[in-house]
Amino acid sequence: MVGLWIVLAAVVLALGFGGYRLLTDGRFNGTHAVRGAGSEQDVTAQPAETDPSTWASLGEAVASVVPGERATLVQFSSAFCAPCRATRRILGEVAEVVPGVVHVEVDAEHHLEVVRRLNVVRTPTTLILDGDGREVARAAGAPRKEQVLGALPLGM
Amino acid sequence: MSATAPRQARGPSASYAEPVEAPGIDPRGPQFTAAITAVVLIVILLLPPAAAAVLTGVQALLFALGAMRGVQHTPHAALFKRLVRPRLRPSAELEDPAPPRFAQAVGLVFTLVALVGYLTGLTLLGQIAIGFALVAALLNAVFRFCLGCEMYLLLKRLGG
Repeated sequence: MVGLWIVLAAVVLALGFGGYRLLTDGRFNGTHAVRGAGSEQDVTAQPAETDPSTWASLGEAVASVVPGERATLVQFSSAFCAPCRATRRILGEVAEVVPGVVHVEVDAEHHLEVVRRLNVVRTPTTLILDGDGREVARAAGAPRKEQVLGALPLGM
Repeated sequence: MSATAPRQARGPSASYAEPVEAPGIDPRGPQFTAAITAVVLIVILLLPPAAAAVLTGVQALLFALGAMRGVQHTPHAALFKRLVRPRLRPSAELEDPAPPRFAQAVGLVFTLVALVGYLTGLTLLGQIAIGFALVAALLNAVFRFCLGCEMYLLLKRLGG
């Protein structure tokens, strides 16, 4: 009977996908090296136009915000996003406790250009930028506090 | 649909300014709703087409109710408040009602497609549409994961 097979397929699909998400959500992965980011000198030597930092790519989405000296936590949120609330609280707490860390929230819906440019596909997605505004790690899904603290770039 | 999300437009807000939010709902409410919905959808898939069409119509009405009035104002929610919530410990964290409400609208679309399938003799179309709705309902019931909400940003990205 076809109906029964569809039930079984739906259960397997849901448990598989949900289980995968449960394991990977909130985990920070080091971002692929930005072009020319191999050595500090190369990057600073390049003109900003040819290798814009992630912070620069964010552009007007973060217009009025001063980035953190040690790290900036950029959170992409949307209106229909239940875990965004918990993420906001956790990142806010980290920014409050750790000196030099700033939390910024970007409404993904209203900055679709930026969302495409930075390849954000889900909300919440959290990017961790270093003091120079380069992305060092990102996590999709709500991270736990330890996960954020563990992924922060070292202070100076 | 659910254009009236009770959430203020969020600009770039630096960390310390936590935005004040609308009073939340117990996240286990929508989860309970999703569990009942999943059971109904499974029953639909196991019924012969005529009976399946009737129950699909009923489920579409329930989704419509949830999408229009919000998940906290459905028969499921009333059941949750009266029978389930008193037996649970108070929820540690309240949740925004907008995402689950949007999910109800997504569920409505799938059940309407299924209804058309069942009514026009395209039973397989009906079953597949219900199958997709079942995946979403199970994800919600088991993992509190809102599939429709994620599709929202992806569709926006595609549409521009």
